[in-house]
Amino acid sequence: MAVISGAPGSRRLRPGRIALHAALAAGGLVMVFPFAWMLLTSFKGAHQMLNAPLDWLPRPWQAGNYPEAFGRLPFARAYWNSFYIAVLTVALTLTTSAMAAYAFARIRFRGSGLLFGLFLATQMVPPQVTVVPLYLMLSGIGWIDSHLALIVPGFVNPFAVFLLRQFIRAVPIELEEAARLDGAGRWTVFWRIVLPNIRPGLGALGIVVFLSSWNAFFFPLIFLNSPELATVPLLVSQFAGQHGAIDYGLTLAASAISIIPMMIAFLVGQRRILNSMAMSGLGGR
Amino acid sequence: MGVVTQARPTVRRTRPARAARVRHRDGWWAALFLAPQVLGLLTFLVAPLGFAVALAFMRWDGLGEKTWAGFDNFAAQLSDSEFGTAVWNTVKLALLTVPVGLALALLIALALNQVRGRTFYRVVYFLPVVTSSVAVAVMWQVILAGGDYGILNTTARDWFGITLPDWLEDPGWVIVAIAVVTVWSSLGLNVVIFLAGLQTIPPSLTEAARIDGAGPIRVFRSVTLPMISPTLFFSTVVAVISSFQAFDQIYVLVNPDHNDGARTIVYQVYDLGFQSFEFGMSSAAALILLVLTLLVTLAQFGVQKRLVHYDS
Repeated sequence: MAVISGAPGSRRLRPGRIALHAALAAGGLVMVFPFAWMLLTSFKGAHQMLNAPLDWLPRPWQAGNYPEAFGRLPFARAYWNSFYIAVLTVALTLTTSAMAAYAFARIRFRGSGLLFGLFLATQMVPPQVTVVPLYLMLSGIGWIDSHLALIVPGFVNPFAVFLLRQFIRAVPIELEEAARLDGAGRWTVFWRIVLPNIRPGLGALGIVVFLSSWNAFFFPLIFLNSPELATVPLLVSQFAGQHGAIDYGLTLAASAISIIPMMIAFLVGQRRILNSMAMSGLGGR
Repeated sequence: MGVVTQARPTVRRTRPARAARVRHRDGWWAALFLAPQVLGLLTFLVAPLGFAVALAFMRWDGLGEKTWAGFDNFAAQLSDSEFGTAVWNTVKLALLTVPVGLALALLIALALNQVRGRTFYRVVYFLPVVTSSVAVAVMWQVILAGGDYGILNTTARDWFGITLPDWLEDPGWVIVAIAVVTVWSSLGLNVVIFLAGLQTIPPSLTEAARIDGAGPIRVFRSVTLPMISPTLFFSTVVAVISSFQAFDQIYVLVNPDHNDGARTIVYQVYDLGFQSFEFGMSSAAALILLVLTLLVTLAQFGVQKRLVHYDS
């Protein structure tokens, strides 16, 4: 990246380049505007929502929507729910898919190619196709309205297996052979040699899985009922459904509160997060 | 491994027995390593899929008896005007989001590849990707709302005297609004992926083309595009599949129960299954979605042979 960024970017500013920057900045404005508008609206009082024409700025600025949203919604609980569900999902997904990926990458067994093909094919099945039977099965074992309904089925992840297989194949086989000559078994090789060598892949995948679990909406909507079990997106959608049209300011404050932790995490770790997304988007290349 | 055996014929004598034993043990190890994901896949994906196929041929409200329905559920869905609307809306959403979304992302990635400060832009364009779809929908609701409430329509009216459609209420326009929100929220992901793809192209390649007298457009068509075509293809397949599965933004932004213009197949599956408790009908609708997804994905893989360039 360093090599490439040095080459075309280091030329002096020319009209073409200024036009590019202008276009990119205009696009950037479109990306940022909804966030800015959410923040502006969240600082307006209820009386200001009814004004026509619409005010651009809060008059006066008042932060009261935030404590009120925080007080009316069990945010602390929802943050914790979303957080621990995401952490457990990541841990289970990383361990089990690294194991499966190791088998596909390094152990020769009959039907390996076929099984791997089937794994990839299941990626095409929309979650909505299996949701009704899954709901019936989970309610049969009493997991509906429980976080288990999200965590346990959530670790099945053919894409993770695919991605980690790419990483494991890039680990020099000599490392494993040396360990096995020293008498290490398959499990030791996997745990002591392979896993430490695919740490970048595990990190990238962990970020991708965490994000998708944290922001998930469809399955929590269907599998959870109790308010105290709600994840953050579920909490916000329920509140918006009840109050959205009545009190924009309050709803937008709730929405802003809901995205703050992820925004901070993103701004702090943006380089790693962006590289992880690019890496998994390119399929580990 | 096979190659190694052939290259050293001297040790062959002791090999077969040991190799067979190792392979036998390897089978057990493979099973052990694969067990969690394979069992999970069978339990939470394959079994429900089989169950869905069975349900699609039955009448069942979840409480009473299951009765055999044959192809009735499929016939009922395929002749239902609501389902027809849902199919058409699903196709429209894909046509509105995939080409525009990918073309925009490619243009932005190409521009970013030319300028400094791309870290800043990458972060800005990526903000919606880390934002939950629910928050995205809530944010856009106050932009797209009709009457005196939405900032987009009131600004267009007060500043430019233009009357824009009531995006979320007008059945003819709501799918466009959903498409805009969908493109906006997924743009950054494709930008970051394409930019990474562009940066894997060796500068020597484009330079060589330029020395041979190729203009920027020619360089793009003959060097850049073939080099990133695998990435473009992969992203297209993913974009089509995810547009077929779009649910969150539709559910939060508009209520398709009140606005048929936002009813997609996925919403129909949800509505029939979890609001009307017609599990057979819902499964039939879901299977039609699955078949549509498979057909479109296969068609894309068919086209790819002619359009996508892979390094040998």
